[in-house]
Amino acid sequence: MPMLLAEELEVAPEQVRLEHAPPDDTRYANPFFGEQMTGASSSVRAFDEPLRRAGATARVMLVAAAAASWDVDPTSCRAQTGVVTHTPTGRTLTYGVLAATAAALPVPDKVPLKDPKDFTLLGTPTKRLDTPSKVNGTAQYGIDVRLPGMLIATVAASPVLGGTVAGIDEQKAKAVPGVRQIVRLDDAVAVVADHMWAAKQGLAALAIRWDDGPNARLGTADIVQGLAEASETTGVTARKDGDPRSALAGAAKKVEAVYESPFLAHVTMEPMNCTVHVRKDGCEVWTGSQVLSRAQAAAAAVTGFPLARVVVHNHLLGGGFGRRLEVDYVSQAVRIAKQVDAPVKVVWTREEDVQHDVYRPSYYDRIAAGLDPRGTPVAWTHRIVGPAIVARYLPPFFKDGIDIDAVDGAVQLLYDIPAIQVEHVRHEEPVLNTGFWRGVGVTHNTFVIESFTDELAAASGQDPVAFRRALLGKAPRALAVLDLAAKEAGWGTPLPRGRGRGVALLYSGWGTYLAQVAEVEVTGSGDVRVRRIVCAVDCGRIVNPDIVRAQIESGVVYGISGALWGEVTLKNGRVEQSNFHNYRVLRLNEAPPIEVHLVRNSEAPGGIGEPGTAVTAPALGNAIYAATGKRLRKLPLQAGLTLVAR
Amino acid sequence: MELTINGRTRQVDVPADMPVLWVLRDVLGMTGTKFGCGMALCGACTVQLDGQAIRSCVTPVSAVAGKAITTIEAIGDTPAGKKAQEAWIALDVPQCGYCQSGQIMSASALLASHAHPTDADIDAAMAGNICRCGTYGRIRAAIKQAAEGAPIAGKGARP
Repeated sequence: MPMLLAEELEVAPEQVRLEHAPPDDTRYANPFFGEQMTGASSSVRAFDEPLRRAGATARVMLVAAAAASWDVDPTSCRAQTGVVTHTPTGRTLTYGVLAATAAALPVPDKVPLKDPKDFTLLGTPTKRLDTPSKVNGTAQYGIDVRLPGMLIATVAASPVLGGTVAGIDEQKAKAVPGVRQIVRLDDAVAVVADHMWAAKQGLAALAIRWDDGPNARLGTADIVQGLAEASETTGVTARKDGDPRSALAGAAKKVEAVYESPFLAHVTMEPMNCTVHVRKDGCEVWTGSQVLSRAQAAAAAVTGFPLARVVVHNHLLGGGFGRRLEVDYVSQAVRIAKQVDAPVKVVWTREEDVQHDVYRPSYYDRIAAGLDPRGTPVAWTHRIVGPAIVARYLPPFFKDGIDIDAVDGAVQLLYDIPAIQVEHVRHEEPVLNTGFWRGVGVTHNTFVIESFTDELAAASGQDPVAFRRALLGKAPRALAVLDLAAKEAGWGTPLPRGRGRGVALLYSGWGTYLAQVAEVEVTGSGDVRVRRIVCAVDCGRIVNPDIVRAQIESGVVYGISGALWGEVTLKNGRVEQSNFHNYRVLRLNEAPPIEVHLVRNSEAPGGIGEPGTAVTAPALGNAIYAATGKRLRKLPLQAGLTLVAR
Repeated sequence: MELTINGRTRQVDVPADMPVLWVLRDVLGMTGTKFGCGMALCGACTVQLDGQAIRSCVTPVSAVAGKAITTIEAIGDTPAGKKAQEAWIALDVPQCGYCQSGQIMSASALLASHAHPTDADIDAAMAGNICRCGTYGRIRAAIKQAAEGAPIAGKGARP
């Protein structure tokens, strides 16, 4: 982000200082969504033009101020690294000296932006500004907030969604040294203490009894059954080309499959936390959020104060991945703080964090294709069953019953097939709260689409890369990344027994083309080890190639964790997982080398935060198929393979 | 109770079973050491005790009396810690950065005991430190760079 501004403003990146914006949708809204939001891999796409224009406009005003003070023509001046120089005479003035005068000038309209060929900063591997503070412990995350007189609380919310507190042993908790106060809400209890250790011990001593409510008996199988039943109904059609029904009926060969995707937790490294001070005349909040103005609105709603009386301080967040697009933890902390006569930092334990997430939904997909006698697809139908997160989260974007997220990645199917239908059957399961999780709809849909494309290649007796190539005649950018990934990965070269390569291709509303070749080894006992990942990426014009690489590396690792092991299950309405021992994530010793090959062009920038995650599950599943002959249609992959091995 | 933290003597009045993590963060206000899991599963809370990497979230404060605790706030004063921090910056390792205090504490303990760690040494020393942003490849490269004092060339690894 600072590079976009610095390029046009003509300052060096190290002359930029980062500050968190306060909550204010009128000034800082993400233009895509009309509110402050860091999400949907939109930052560069949404802010490329506004930030560059802000920088260019300010530069023009600074140059005008310098030219006026010298009484010369602005075109005889140039700006560089924060200094305006009058070229003929060599006179200089710094931006700092000029700022006040420049700010008083009228803001010029439609300042031209640089031609990309004149960029000196954009497109270069510029260093991040926040790294030094992140290697010496000085970076301040929400959980690091310290205030005079601040108390620390930890909380237990009902383990079953919709449950309430039935009883607590308050005296035992109060007997723990350092415990100051017990705060009881309808659906949660918090222990307020001098430090987290006392709060945790106090919470354990409470021995809370719960009234579990209507979800008390539900388990994972009930959820899947509900989805499966819904999959027998017709959904809302989000894309229709040709006449898929008759094309399918008339095909020489029909391939059908059902795919299942589980609930997933985010498990950000920094557990949910929020610090709140509720006073008589207003409320102050310190937290890390992807949606700051929502955090402010949540605090206002709970306290009844107008927005102007709710001050929110944003902080670095120790992982978002969509979890911090929700403000449930802010609302809860404010509810607690309303009863505490001091600033209170509410910190969730890891167990609370895993068991009270806003989960990636569980999905159920029915997909079918018809092949002609040569094995070429002539029909494609895809029915997606799952909730409509957008209907809850961004109602204005839920139009004609179509959830643009639920069908993202599916409606953009690039394969040249004459008859295509993509449907969404909205099915809400109120047993867990569900929301965005790195890639959400695209991550789920790409697993289904690209696994199934591999099935079609197998059904037609073709190589998976060759099969895809033949369908990409109208998608040259996709074809280019597919070819690049295949070449760099050595597609087609022999591998030892037990190893296999899988390919997957991604394109979605993010506007980025990504092809991945994964190489896995499946051991005799059925354990999957990822040996190598090769990605070819075309995300249009690149702002910072090193950050693009870092985001792809990151997305792939997140994707491997989710694909191999990620699964939140329910028993008696309760989430069964609780911490890293039973919600497994990839570790350094298990992480494969990840190669990222970038395509350079001047197309519009595409999103880069989520594609790496979305493309990984199908590439791994296809690689497992290549290694073992086992087609896995249900995530997580390792569970399916372990069952097969037994 | 008397503790030695980053070369300074600190008096704290806390229960003997209180984990070092909470003494550092909530009593002494040293928030560079992070809470991640509370069960020694993720490594975010890693500090050094007489030069060994330990998980402060499960180490009772009574177990560290008379020993030298080093935290992220002062690891840059050690040769291995300084090299690690420089390599981390050179390779822009952190993303969200939350786990990186723990990563650097584990890595600098490794570098102090193994001047030229092998991949297997790195695996063994770093497997306990989870990073959800997936910076593992860069962590491995940064440890090697800190040990060798030169960038590690790798196909596709750098721009």
